[in-house]
Amino acid sequence: MLLVLARRLANVIPTLFAVVALVFVLFSVLPGSFISAMSEEGRTIDPAVMERMRKEMGLDDALPERFVKYIAHTAMGDLGTSFRTREPVTKLIGVRVWPSLKLIFAAMTFAISVGVTLGFVAALRPGSLIDTASMVGAISGLSLSQFWFGLMLMYLFALQLQWLPSFGYGDGGLRHIILPAIALGVGPMALLARTTRAAVLDVLNADFVRTARSKGMSERRVVEWHVLRNALVLVITIVGLQFGSLMGQAVVVEKLFAWPGVGSLMVDSVFQRDVPAVQGCILMIVLFFLVINTLVDLAYVVIDPRIRYA
Amino acid sequence: MRKLIWLAAAAIAVAGAAQAQETPRKGGTIRFASPYAASFGSLDLHTTPRVTDEIVGKAINRTLYNWDSANNKLVLELAKSVTASADGLVHTYKLRDDAYFHNGRKMTADDIIWSFTRIMDGSKGYPGVRYIRLIKGALEVEKGQAKEISGLKKIDDFTLEITITDRVEPGYYFFDGTTAILPKEEVEKGNFANNPVGLGPFKFKEHIPGSRVVVERWEKFYKPGKPYADRIVFVIMAEAPARDVAFRNKEIDTSILGPAQYVAYRADPELSKGILEVAEMFTRSMRMNPSFKPFADKRVRQAINHAIDTDLIIKRLVKDKAYRAVSWLPLSSPAFDKSQKPYAYDPDKAKKLLAEAGYPNGFEFEFTTSQNESWGLPIVEAMIPYLDKVGIKVKPKLVEVTLLTDILLKGDFQAIISSSQTGPDSLAQLRCFYSKTPRSACNYVDFKNPTFDKLLDEAAQTSDPAKYVDLLRQANNLLYEEAPVWFFNYNKAVLAYQPWLHGLQANPTEITFQYFEDVWVDERSPAK
Repeated sequence: MLLVLARRLANVIPTLFAVVALVFVLFSVLPGSFISAMSEEGRTIDPAVMERMRKEMGLDDALPERFVKYIAHTAMGDLGTSFRTREPVTKLIGVRVWPSLKLIFAAMTFAISVGVTLGFVAALRPGSLIDTASMVGAISGLSLSQFWFGLMLMYLFALQLQWLPSFGYGDGGLRHIILPAIALGVGPMALLARTTRAAVLDVLNADFVRTARSKGMSERRVVEWHVLRNALVLVITIVGLQFGSLMGQAVVVEKLFAWPGVGSLMVDSVFQRDVPAVQGCILMIVLFFLVINTLVDLAYVVIDPRIRYA
Repeated sequence: MRKLIWLAAAAIAVAGAAQAQETPRKGGTIRFASPYAASFGSLDLHTTPRVTDEIVGKAINRTLYNWDSANNKLVLELAKSVTASADGLVHTYKLRDDAYFHNGRKMTADDIIWSFTRIMDGSKGYPGVRYIRLIKGALEVEKGQAKEISGLKKIDDFTLEITITDRVEPGYYFFDGTTAILPKEEVEKGNFANNPVGLGPFKFKEHIPGSRVVVERWEKFYKPGKPYADRIVFVIMAEAPARDVAFRNKEIDTSILGPAQYVAYRADPELSKGILEVAEMFTRSMRMNPSFKPFADKRVRQAINHAIDTDLIIKRLVKDKAYRAVSWLPLSSPAFDKSQKPYAYDPDKAKKLLAEAGYPNGFEFEFTTSQNESWGLPIVEAMIPYLDKVGIKVKPKLVEVTLLTDILLKGDFQAIISSSQTGPDSLAQLRCFYSKTPRSACNYVDFKNPTFDKLLDEAAQTSDPAKYVDLLRQANNLLYEEAPVWFFNYNKAVLAYQPWLHGLQANPTEITFQYFEDVWVDERSPAK
């Protein structure tokens, strides 16, 4: 287990470096700057102030010099200072991580509980009405635009039924998180339903299941002991991948629901050309993805001892 | 046009009168939607020029002057009176002796001196520099040649003498949020951007980045009995459709409307009762770069103004959420000439002018635009067939909205459509066409006209207010004649508000800038 962990961590470092370098280069060649973005609706900035800000923010330094500085500071855990708020980016992201994590966990809880159950039930009764309905729902869920679906949820549950607030963080409680979590979780839910169904069907047709049945094992025991455990490997892979990528996907939902997470910070920072904040957010999202995937790899080893990493 | 102005003025007057008749109620919570960005940047107003930050800043902070929307003029805010010297350069302010910072300390002349000196710190990029630079000796501080601004003289704790370098109305310079008066001791504690202390009617309570800012009533505010509300929650709501749902669901008390929502709200019998409109001081136009040969000829520029059915575009595409632009200065400017009529839609005249200019078969130009729904690509697409009809071909070049300023500064365009602030200081705005104003300042079309320069010079020198306005009016009319831009529209800002919200003002400098001490909610408000 420790060996697996060590190997995974060794892979994380070059990946992170590649991401940091790519993001830096991308935002260096992107036209426009924070200073020009500040000139909202014709509110121009004084030329002397523009020059001073460029100097203060190091925007006039040569690209290689900025790159070396950035890498050196990032390696020390210093993600720079936000152009917009003039605060350390780590502090800026720090207050956004918890709301993002809450939203992601809530979305995945919804996705797993609904998606895996639907997929499982559908696989046990292939061709039945419930199977057809689940799969139509799953395909629809995959095709839905988060933005549109989020708006529909707001319209139905907030405006029409008056059950839930339509936006915002509130006191961080359950009432405010339900709608954004469903909007964010519907995609992974649909994918999990389809994957679970396929995985369970695959295992149900395997030789060892047939053997177990022929030995007189009850259907319940077959499902619990053989099907579930074997199907779980594929399901966990999808859960891990979806979990990891949800922080990135949350950008649209967070902005729509005015949820104060890393995603909404990133969108605003992109529009404002607040490069240090954008770099920090992307780094955070990638790091989250890598950590989750490492945990998934470890979970494989626990679930299926046959799995070993070379 | 005149009818339109009267209608707008009447609507504002009726709305104002109706609200004035009601007795304000104390208490309650105002839930004000901040519509422009997904987060507030800095709550230290010296460091930020963003509208989003200033929306909150208007509740927490105060400046030496303020804008009186009801009377469309500047008013003293932190001073009770001001006297000016005969040459108009020395202004002596009798400051309020009842203004307290939220830490309980009384404001004195020292606070204004310190705040203005901080803004001029040449090692920082404080956006208010452009205003404070008006004060004698401020430039020396900016350059690091002096530590104190020589033009700021404290007579006593509540008397301040300010010497300025140009004969202008100082109120235009000292009412902007970036020149707010802040307490030195609180700023120097650090973390001021997250824990602001000001002189405004509300004190800072809470900031959840990306979600909301909460402010609470400041009991020692200098206007007796005000503010009315107990607190204001400024909620971040950047997505228009989500804001619409939240407003209809009565979760927020205000919402800025775009063209599509404006149509829907006007058509709704209930929602239409709560709409505040104002002609904001922003002019949308297509600038024509004279370095592109055809645009160097006035007749070509006039032809373009005649070739396009601007009224129809405003009606169909902008859904009447704009006022037709006549010249550069907006409707609310005293120098706006109410007798002037906008360029008439006349393709035949446009063709004739083009032929006279040597382009009987037209020409082709590249048109830089953003995606903006009110002054971007949809408008350009509507202009193309009109221009085609007179032989002018257009190649649209789509760029991100944040790049427009960079492109304007570099002059890297043949034609570009954008929105420009054109008030409230008419002289300063017209100086964007003064021949000595560089492109880097705001003369993006490199406009040079000796007659225009002379009019502005005379306006800057005169002490006669009537003559001043007349000279600016002449200059604005000259711009109309020279047509350095296609005059499109003046923005009509529209704020929807709930029936329990009262005391809003139609602020033409920015409709979301409210005088929160005057705003109140009645007992129907569902907010706790």
